[in-house]
Amino acid sequence: MSASNLPDRRVGGLVPALLLVLALGWLALVIGAPLATVLAEAFSKGMGTFLATFHEPDALAAIRLTLLVAAVAVPLNAAFGLAAAWSIAKFEFRGRSLLLTLIDLPLSLSPVVSGLVWVLLFGARGWFGPWLEGAGIRVIFAVPGIVLGTILVTVPLIARELIPLMAEQGTDEELAATTLGAGGWTVFRRVTLPNVRWALLHGVLLCNARAMGEFGAVSVVSGHIRGLTDTLPLHVEALYNDYDFVGAFAAATLLAGLAVVTLVAKTVLERAMPMAIR
Amino acid sequence: MTLTIDGVYKQFGRFPALAGVTLEVRDGEFLALLGPSGSGKTTLLRVLAGLDKPDHGCVWLDGVDFLALSARERRIGLVFQHYALFRHMTAARNIAFGLEVRPRALRPSRAQIAARVEELLSLAQIEGLGGRYPAQLSGGQRQRVAVARALAVEPRLLLLDEPFGALDSKVRKELRGELRRIHDATGVTTILVTHDQEEAMALADRVVLMNHGRIEQIGAPAELDAAPASPFVFTFLGETNRLACEVAAGVARFEGFAAPVICPVQPADGPAVALFRPEDTRLDAGPRAEGLPARVADIRGRGPVRSITCQVLSGQRLVAEIAEAAAERFEIGQRVHVTVRRVVLDAGESGRRGALVEPASPVRLTA
Amino acid sequence: MAAPSTASISRPDVVALAAPGVSIGLAPRRRPWREPSALPGFAGALGFTLLYAGLIILLPLAALAARPWEHGPLGVVDAILKPRTLAALRLSFGAALLAAVVNVGMGLLIAWVLGRYRFPGRRVADALVDLPFALPTAVAGIALATLYGPSGWIGAGLARLGVKVAYTPTGVFVALLAVGLPFVVRAVQPVLDDLDASLEEAAQTLGAGPVQAFFRVILPALAPALVTGFALAFARGAGEYGSVIFIAGNMPGVSEIAPLVIVTRLEQYDYAGAASVGLAMLGLSLLALVAVNAVQVALSRRGGR
Repeated sequence: MSASNLPDRRVGGLVPALLLVLALGWLALVIGAPLATVLAEAFSKGMGTFLATFHEPDALAAIRLTLLVAAVAVPLNAAFGLAAAWSIAKFEFRGRSLLLTLIDLPLSLSPVVSGLVWVLLFGARGWFGPWLEGAGIRVIFAVPGIVLGTILVTVPLIARELIPLMAEQGTDEELAATTLGAGGWTVFRRVTLPNVRWALLHGVLLCNARAMGEFGAVSVVSGHIRGLTDTLPLHVEALYNDYDFVGAFAAATLLAGLAVVTLVAKTVLERAMPMAIR
Repeated sequence: MTLTIDGVYKQFGRFPALAGVTLEVRDGEFLALLGPSGSGKTTLLRVLAGLDKPDHGCVWLDGVDFLALSARERRIGLVFQHYALFRHMTAARNIAFGLEVRPRALRPSRAQIAARVEELLSLAQIEGLGGRYPAQLSGGQRQRVAVARALAVEPRLLLLDEPFGALDSKVRKELRGELRRIHDATGVTTILVTHDQEEAMALADRVVLMNHGRIEQIGAPAELDAAPASPFVFTFLGETNRLACEVAAGVARFEGFAAPVICPVQPADGPAVALFRPEDTRLDAGPRAEGLPARVADIRGRGPVRSITCQVLSGQRLVAEIAEAAAERFEIGQRVHVTVRRVVLDAGESGRRGALVEPASPVRLTA
Repeated sequence: MAAPSTASISRPDVVALAAPGVSIGLAPRRRPWREPSALPGFAGALGFTLLYAGLIILLPLAALAARPWEHGPLGVVDAILKPRTLAALRLSFGAALLAAVVNVGMGLLIAWVLGRYRFPGRRVADALVDLPFALPTAVAGIALATLYGPSGWIGAGLARLGVKVAYTPTGVFVALLAVGLPFVVRAVQPVLDDLDASLEEAAQTLGAGPVQAFFRVILPALAPALVTGFALAFARGAGEYGSVIFIAGNMPGVSEIAPLVIVTRLEQYDYAGAASVGLAMLGLSLLALVAVNAVQVALSRRGGR
């Protein structure tokens, strides 16, 4: 956050004070209160009950599944982001803007729709449904479907971080490396990648947070089979629907903790970024 | 090493950036590609570097089809206009880059690379700066790193694209001398692109003056001065005065004096516009002086040479460069007589050289 | 009287044979599909990109576009025009619209306060704004449902005043307030920071009071960013599921959101029906995008930016 370019206004005077109270009050109400609720409810029956949630095999399975899905989705989307940014930012070709629009499209989709489309493809009555059944492959109501849903929801995130940066950095350094005798991969590895590493990390952070926390899309494709196809957010829902509020909020705390860590890391990164890149 | 460029043609959109360029570069020479923007000099450099492909024409290096090689394979050193240093590597790593990316079989040992980097750092006179990042270096220092980096791979050709453009004039002059020194020390064939005629004339063994994608003249700086091939060459290479005259038998006659025409070599008789340098303009304040009558309007400059601006009766202004001691005789408002040592005839508005066309006479074009 | 053509003469090394009026023009080079470059790796990178985007984005969307027509165009219309569906679409998009409008105001306020005032905890407040971005929607969902529920801190208080939020359409609206806020704040902040101080100072020297300066100078400059923030908040809110599903009553025709209709249809194996609703949602979002773009164009034309 940069300082304002007007002379420092320490809060003085009635109107600024009022605005400040209003703004902070709103923030506290809309964002702070829900966060506080999560913590309050999670610990409402004490530390013991809180920790007991994570000894449940279903909870552990949910955590494992969430980690697995992120471990697959994030690297794939990172590879895509790098490839897309390389071709779009360093070259000129017809159809570039069309490709950009396509990449941005998942952002306009409701998460439920992002899950729906996979059911339409691989569900029991989907295009490939009968073929998959014949081959004995389960995509929907199984882990592959969850991975696909998560990938679709998060696919633009890393690309959108990298494309403007790589475009701004231009091609001079890469061309210089080429004239010095470096081949394609070497140029990418030794010249381009180091120049975008902070933006890449930033994108990976956001992509990971979104992947682990995704609910709508996963809810549609997962089948809600406890211990098998429930990710942590789905497990939260399951506990909540069972009226196990402490359990639900305890699991939610874990996810909220992930969100807070992500935010902190993001802020630290954003501070480091301008210095590293310029 | 011989580099032969033959009939290279490249079109961008509607206009030809290179309209048939033929040139032979000699081994070890320092060649300057000089010209205004749009003359094609940078395009030619990029074609040599492998960053652009021409539409027609060939380039041969030691008998090998140079254009068939990719930019990576050409083993040339290119110094970009804005240096393109790898921002996240130290100066030493930048310089070492070309050696480090060689395939294992051809790669020198780590110790050899380090030694070469040291060698180049001292050649470029930036010893001790190897550990700094580009952002921590001044413009002049960055330029030296860029040159050192290009030289590390022992290129057959060193290409520089307006390397001094981004620097201020004092640093520029200093680095010019450095570049020549490095060239002389390494003996590498060097091609420098610039729009600054002073720079080209000061540094190069031969200058290639380009305009609109064609070569106007090639030659040593002294040749271009003494025998310009066209009015464009003459006007580009220095300040020019203009004066109307009458041409007869290769001599330009003015009111009060005459001067030999050095270009075009066979001028047509008739009225014309003469171009001449301030250095070739003489002023005489004596009572029986010969020459064009004029009045001193302004005296400027410091050091060994003064620029004296005179106004002739027709209202036209001329600048003469006079030595300090001689210039002291003149003062503003004084009546003087102007003579000129030698002139070039202007091609005229429509690009014709020689005589103005009278109605019904055919247009004569001279080569 | 031969008037030679200028073009032929300007190239003196070419003997002009042309008759008057004939110029040696150059045929424009046809632009190739891609600009050639000395940089390697284009084909591979583009190939992978197209393959991935094709399989992950294009193929599923093709299914979405094609499936509703399984029962013919009438089937699509029928699926969308069912009263239950219409009510759900009205709720999802309507609540999102309302919430986005409120967020424009509150988002502007918060961006203003964060950018112009110094106070202890400013950095924490700034980081907090991003929380809805990073927080999993299910977490926000259950928190909001509990908070505004009959036994929650706020819910209980409101109940005493006779106001019910949870399990009503109002609950949806309240939840979307949280979801959309960061979009507006983050859209406005950079523009606010970059705002030229001399504009406000000029207004002051011309005699404008702070309120006048705000409405006449600052607000118009922020308008495009506000519209962008509004659009993002609206789009996100209309499709929102996790944050909303717990606090909404989910009663068909009353407090059911559109995504839930899709889920229900899927559970009934009515793929075409689900896809129809999905397509309708996408269509409405795109329509809104077009409208927003039009507003942006109008703004930029007027503002001359």
